[in-house]
Amino acid sequence: MSTAERTGDPGGSSPPRGAEGVWGERFPPKSRGGLGGIVPPEITEQGASGGDRSPRGITAWLRLLRAELRLVFLRKRNMLLLAVTVVFPVVIGIALRVAAPHPQGGGNGPGVAFFNQLAGNGVFLAFIALSTLLILVLPVVVAVVAGDSVAGEAGYGTLRYLLAVPAGRTRLLAVKFAVIVLFALCATVIVSAVSLAVGAGLFPVGPVTLLSGSTVPLAEGLLRLLFVTLYVAAAMAALGAIGLAVSTLTEHAIGAIAAIMILVVTSEVVDNVPQLAAIGPYLPTHWWLSFDSILRAPVDTSSLLKGLLSFGVYAVLFGSFAWARFTSADVTS
Amino acid sequence: MTTAISSSGLTKRFRGGQLAVDHIDLHVPSGSVYGFLGPNGSGKTTTIRMLLGLAFPTSGRAEVLGVPMPDGASRMLHRVGSLVEGPAFYPFLSGRDNLARYDAADRTADPATMPARITEALDRVGLLSAARKRYRHYSLGMKQRLAIAASLMRPRELIILDEPTNGLDPQGTREVRALVRQIAADGTTVFVSSHLLAEVEQVCTHVGVMRTGRLVFQGPLAELRRTGAARVIVQTADADGAVKVFASLGLTDAQAGPDEASAVLGDAEPERVCAELVHAGIGVRGFSVAAPSLEDLFVGLTGEGFDVDG
Repeated sequence: MSTAERTGDPGGSSPPRGAEGVWGERFPPKSRGGLGGIVPPEITEQGASGGDRSPRGITAWLRLLRAELRLVFLRKRNMLLLAVTVVFPVVIGIALRVAAPHPQGGGNGPGVAFFNQLAGNGVFLAFIALSTLLILVLPVVVAVVAGDSVAGEAGYGTLRYLLAVPAGRTRLLAVKFAVIVLFALCATVIVSAVSLAVGAGLFPVGPVTLLSGSTVPLAEGLLRLLFVTLYVAAAMAALGAIGLAVSTLTEHAIGAIAAIMILVVTSEVVDNVPQLAAIGPYLPTHWWLSFDSILRAPVDTSSLLKGLLSFGVYAVLFGSFAWARFTSADVTS
Repeated sequence: MTTAISSSGLTKRFRGGQLAVDHIDLHVPSGSVYGFLGPNGSGKTTTIRMLLGLAFPTSGRAEVLGVPMPDGASRMLHRVGSLVEGPAFYPFLSGRDNLARYDAADRTADPATMPARITEALDRVGLLSAARKRYRHYSLGMKQRLAIAASLMRPRELIILDEPTNGLDPQGTREVRALVRQIAADGTTVFVSSHLLAEVEQVCTHVGVMRTGRLVFQGPLAELRRTGAARVIVQTADADGAVKVFASLGLTDAQAGPDEASAVLGDAEPERVCAELVHAGIGVRGFSVAAPSLEDLFVGLTGEGFDVDG
């Protein structure tokens, strides 16, 4: 290499002084370095020493989380998604009120059983809405936010600036996942709450007759609804981890979202092929609708726990994959 | 600390096998304005990405502000402002909200002073009046300036600007130059890349020149200038006679044209050359000493036109 020799003049030649041009004229020399005056020097020093003293560290985490939440929740597209989760329970409720449900058999999924109960109790609209939206709408909501989380930043090019700030790769990924989980929880709670309100308005409300036939007081019915909602949110959080992992693989948010949805639909289809029943329990979507056991007495905890275990395993597996990928890949966007 | 950026054998080979950066040894003195020059595709941006911890080197080491990269990224980068490969912001947020977003990601930034810091940074680049406008509606120059504002949100010891004048009109280019001067006057080291020497030569104290992934020159600007051999040029009807005089004076690479003769001046004094010519009875119509322009030297180092042997 023919690199010229360095002179023993490091920084000796002072940069040319005096500013010309528009910006230069705007600032009298005395205001230069004014930025330094605003930030107390100890902040810079503290950061320089790499000190992430816990109170300050936690504050900084919360600050990034708040900024991330604002970015995701105030984004028009995402607000539209949440609006969809509001509209669906309303539409389902009105449709079922207008066209009374047909209780005759033909299927044996939890949805059919719920329809039979709805006429007697509006609370069941929440279960109907959750099990209906869980097939496609809630996964889409989660897929959009999760698929966009990293790939969207890469697509805008903002990822390189966030990392150069520096946000810290692990920290940024953790905050991204937290926001996906909160968004999934928010969407699920909206579905439950709205359909509960609509159900109460359109149908009678009273003691809840469970799928197993016994009747429990309304308060207990609502408590069971809360557990169902949390269970569904957990299922969506696991899907969010899968989505986060997919999102670290590309800089095209649309591609990531599509990939997640293809995964969900494929899993649902395979889960319904009797010949493939052996692999069913290992599919990411297999345990989603198992929440119907919360609506039986006694509660079949074994399928619930298997479901939660499945969600946990998927979240850890794909969360680790996302971390390994995100902390080791070159950011080329 | 006397070195803002240093690297040894820094190398990046892409997965496809292409050698983007080939064993470069950077030495950027603290307080300098370092022009990082080279044609598009010569490895400048890849180098900058490695310095900022965005890309991982295949081999070699790099230190920024005395901290090894990429391992030290999260404890050091807040002392570095950067503009990498063009501005990037959220199109649906305003300029102010975009800056706030980046500031919130900085765990060392004080949220209490953020509004004031954003205002000052925007003011410094002349964007205060467009602070509430959505980034989507910014012009190219405004986007570029917002990116520079983002790098000025904190007091920095080093500012890395990758092609800051890309896509700017001459007025915008002038403004960026003035701003670089101003930042440097604050004592901040500026590392600025460009594919055009003319855009940075007025502000640089040091330059590094890249060609197909290799650093082919590095040092103070004056040193680059010295590498260009000055020639003495004589306008005369007797070009052959002039060449003989050059030879007698020991000047090398003498050339005779139709009405002109020239040679490398070397250590000879121009006054003496002129006197000797007159003494030898050569009719001198014009006499000049010309050093090649920096641009010529730069092109000589980087090669003309497309260079795709990388």
